[in-house]
Amino acid sequence: MQRCRGGRHLHTPASRVRAARGAAARDLGGMSVFKVLVKEEIAPKFHRFVVEAPEIARKHRPGQFVMVLPGEEGERIPLTIAASDPHAGTITLVVQEVGKTTMSMGEMAVGEGFVSVVGPLGTPTHIEKFGTVVCVGGGAGIAPMLPIAGGLKKAGNTVLSILGGRTQELVILRDEMAAVSNEIFYTTDDGSFGRKGLVTHALGDLIKERGKPALVVAIGPAIMMKAVAELTRTLEIPTLASLNSIMVDGTGMCGACRITVDGKTKFVCVDGPEFDAHKVDFDLLIKRLRMYLPEEQVARERFMAAHECRATAGVSGG
Amino acid sequence: MKVPRHPMVTQEPLARIRNFAEVALGYSVEFALEEAQRCLQCANPPCVKGCPVGIDIPAFVDLIRKGDFEGSLAKIKETNTLPAICGRVCPQEEQCEVVCVMAKKYQPVAIGRLERFVADWERDRGLSSTPQLAPPTPHKVAVVGSGPAGLACAAELARFGHKVTIFEALHKPGGVLVYGIPEFRLPKAIVRFEIENLTRMGVELRGNFVIGRTATVHELLNGHGYDAVFLGTGAGLPYFLGIPGENYIGVLSANEFLTRVNLMKAYDFPRTDTPVRTGRRVAVVGSGNVAMDCLRTAKRLGAEEVICVYRRTRNESPARREELEHAEEEQIDFRWLSAPLAILGNDEGFVTGMRIQRMELGEPDASGRRRPVPIEGSEYEIAIDTAVIAIGQGPNPLATQSTPGLDLNRHGNIVVNEQTMMTSIPGVFAGGDIVTGAATVILAMGAGKQAALGIQEWLGSLARGEVAKPQPAV
Repeated sequence: MQRCRGGRHLHTPASRVRAARGAAARDLGGMSVFKVLVKEEIAPKFHRFVVEAPEIARKHRPGQFVMVLPGEEGERIPLTIAASDPHAGTITLVVQEVGKTTMSMGEMAVGEGFVSVVGPLGTPTHIEKFGTVVCVGGGAGIAPMLPIAGGLKKAGNTVLSILGGRTQELVILRDEMAAVSNEIFYTTDDGSFGRKGLVTHALGDLIKERGKPALVVAIGPAIMMKAVAELTRTLEIPTLASLNSIMVDGTGMCGACRITVDGKTKFVCVDGPEFDAHKVDFDLLIKRLRMYLPEEQVARERFMAAHECRATAGVSGG
Repeated sequence: MKVPRHPMVTQEPLARIRNFAEVALGYSVEFALEEAQRCLQCANPPCVKGCPVGIDIPAFVDLIRKGDFEGSLAKIKETNTLPAICGRVCPQEEQCEVVCVMAKKYQPVAIGRLERFVADWERDRGLSSTPQLAPPTPHKVAVVGSGPAGLACAAELARFGHKVTIFEALHKPGGVLVYGIPEFRLPKAIVRFEIENLTRMGVELRGNFVIGRTATVHELLNGHGYDAVFLGTGAGLPYFLGIPGENYIGVLSANEFLTRVNLMKAYDFPRTDTPVRTGRRVAVVGSGNVAMDCLRTAKRLGAEEVICVYRRTRNESPARREELEHAEEEQIDFRWLSAPLAILGNDEGFVTGMRIQRMELGEPDASGRRRPVPIEGSEYEIAIDTAVIAIGQGPNPLATQSTPGLDLNRHGNIVVNEQTMMTSIPGVFAGGDIVTGAATVILAMGAGKQAALGIQEWLGSLARGEVAKPQPAV
């Protein structure tokens, strides 16, 4: 992948976009199809999709997400927008294969389309010049961090990024994040790349060395965001977390995504997805994310039985 | 005259609780012809006044009596573009049938069933009829929301010759008709058929488009070049009880429960991808039509015990009698005068039970209904695996909060001129649940129709240069 220079868009060669773009979004009984223009595997079980969605590309702000329904009988899932290009009319999604829906997306081909992509949803990140901001991204959470870090950098902040993953290849979008960071640090669980350990270890040391930043933004697995929040709470550093609850419609209609923030019920889809990490009840979020684990297992096994599946080890549910 | 009202044939309760097929099977031709005979053809028919969209009821019933089913349907479609839907879900017993002269001595004419009969008769024969359209005008109107209000408004506007685009946030059109009302009460194929009629009238449908996010109302008027906007975004914000334990896993809003099952077809999981889980015991809080839909859906999903928890009595229940009776036939356990105090759960965060307080009726409250008051020391607990909260919905704020200059009342509903249905923003109109709070399909349709007349008037003024479209707010 080519390196992005300073913009908030992942670079996509225009020729590839043109080649994949046939007619405009096809009509399906009055409803359109959102065409996949580019698809590539950027890490094991991570795919980057460039999707034709001109209206969403025009309106997207950092921190916002879309609801994606891959097929007619599919499931609507929230995916944070990793980049957008209003001129090309495209958005970029980075998808990790964890369940049946994301695994089936992994098998899609360029030129095919999603039945539904709705957005941009959620409240955009509040971006201003804070001073020094530390962006902590873990696993699939690095993708939504990209436009936020880009926005913060553009607003004149000093952006220090800490990216973590289980192994080197799971620390995704390193070049893109480096382009929007003043400095960047890496951690891996197995020590295969950067520092061995968790992002919180790196964050703790960074704060010791450089002093307290004006803001910490954490996006990643709920357990990671909880650990970051616990660390920064004692140090009284304002911290934002972008939450990844289960959603059905994504527009405030169903309440499946509700969580507790400062003792009050909030809807992640419309009140969030970003919240003051010190006020989020992460234990409740972690529990609620487990709601459909047995069904997710059934769907995954059914999918794998029906398809020749590639390596399946080490994928956690969610 | 003394011929009794013809009953509706329904699926047997024990059979129907194992499927999602429609419960009420409709009239045969024979039944319809006989039922139509019962109409007195009043010179000054009270039923027409009882209908929120003013269908010429005696005329369409008379055409049925004469065997002219096509003509009868055309007569209905002069004022109502969605007869197969209204014939099924309108509360006729509170509208046209309650004032039927026959009801004074006998039983009212089965107006709703006859309306449904002619609509089904057309559809079963693969026919479709669209009303006469006026010559095309240069005007473009955006209709926001494809529920009953939006569909009715769009149909009227198309008939006036305007270019209409309906914007829908979900991936299928129909709003509450698709995500909310279950298949066994309103088959989705019927909704699809009625909406296809609209597209045949030239109405354009754009799904996956959230007004307030994908584009704002002001952008529709300016960037997108629409001359008027109708907001029919409905009541899409679920209310919760505000009692302890409401965020336990297994506590769902009625919207979530019904959307999973109806729109996302969770009843067919794992063939479809969206799951829903009821467990053995389900409690539904509330007793309106939506609560009835949740109770009966839970039963069909295989729950063994389905319990309705409502703090008033059957008499105060806002559900249609027919829905209540169907639910009772389906062995729903109604706990009247029961108020939930707390939802109980385990360490893993799953719901395990509900603490309930028994109530008794006291003095009438502001709504005129006797206020339920707690009986001291009457608390008890029930074991449940799922709780569905069906106590109503508020206005969804996505469209309203992104529209500066739009006046709202203290509940967040849009304030409109009751004659024209125009909001505080010139050229922007609203109707349905977003204005009134949660109500019925037919009231929303009536409001959509009325707004179309207001829009027609506005477009005339606009064409004459008497008014101008508002400029975008900064």
